[in-house]
Amino acid sequence: MSAAKRLSIDRIACAGRGVCAELFPERVDLDEWGYPVIPDPTVPEHLLGHARRAVAGCPVLALRLDPAPPER
Amino acid sequence: MNTATLQLAAGPSPLWYATRAGGTVALVLLTATVVLGIASGGQYAPKRIARFEIAALHRNLSLLTLAFLVLHIVTAIADTFVHLTWWDAVLPFASSYRTLWLGLGTLAFDLLLAVLATSAIRLRLGVRRWKAVHWLSYACWPLALFHGAGTGTDTKLPLQLLLTAACTAAVVAAVWWRLYRAGPEHRTARIWGGVAALVLPMLLVAFLANGPLRAGWAQRADAVTTVPASPAADRLGGPR
Repeated sequence: MSAAKRLSIDRIACAGRGVCAELFPERVDLDEWGYPVIPDPTVPEHLLGHARRAVAGCPVLALRLDPAPPER
Repeated sequence: MNTATLQLAAGPSPLWYATRAGGTVALVLLTATVVLGIASGGQYAPKRIARFEIAALHRNLSLLTLAFLVLHIVTAIADTFVHLTWWDAVLPFASSYRTLWLGLGTLAFDLLLAVLATSAIRLRLGVRRWKAVHWLSYACWPLALFHGAGTGTDTKLPLQLLLTAACTAAVVAAVWWRLYRAGPEHRTARIWGGVAALVLPMLLVAFLANGPLRAGWAQRADAVTTVPASPAADRLGGPR
């Protein structure tokens, strides 16, 4: 059983402030307009602390950390 | 009043000094917190400071403000110079001592507690509800300012006046900067914000000139009704 989680963005709520990319550069890049891009949404256990900080740090709470879907 | 005069003659206790110092430091910290909060809201993004750093500083300074407020309140209640109960810390306008001016501080403290509590559960509360409460900070700060000016023992000291002026200037400048950066939405809110930022310093100056800076304020501060043209009382619709 893996404790990995999945990072997702609420695109409607996101205001492109870019705090997530500052706090969690391991998974979050910014596009040219400053909106987040997440090439790989899986967050392994050792990065969970950073991910949680990014989720809590989002000014509009547009970032979510969900349980990872079962392996396909 | 006689016992108070006697105690004054004997010199205030260290607790009373701690109360005054704690209140002053808390006002400075609250001002810094508010300014940083406005900076975050206006998406202040200097090259050398990250946004999360501003947010973290905003949060940490608010907690530090709370720590100094606890010192301010606990020492004020513990000190025997004025008679205050624990209820006076949370129930505004209930104290016998300087009812209005102390009550403003109590009200500011209550608002700050509401802001802190909702921020602690922000993730569960959702942005909309959290923000609705967080806006109370804009009421909290002027209440704290007038509480300090109205009941502060040191209000008349030049350094304290300078500090009060600096705090006011900082927040007013931040609000104006924020309004300058704002988009075309929320026109009514922007107009009211601009008016408030304009009127508040004038109110403060008028209040200081007519209240604490004139002789006999210590007597008049207790009896609110006899304060001539108290602007803060009118503005806040304070108790009778």
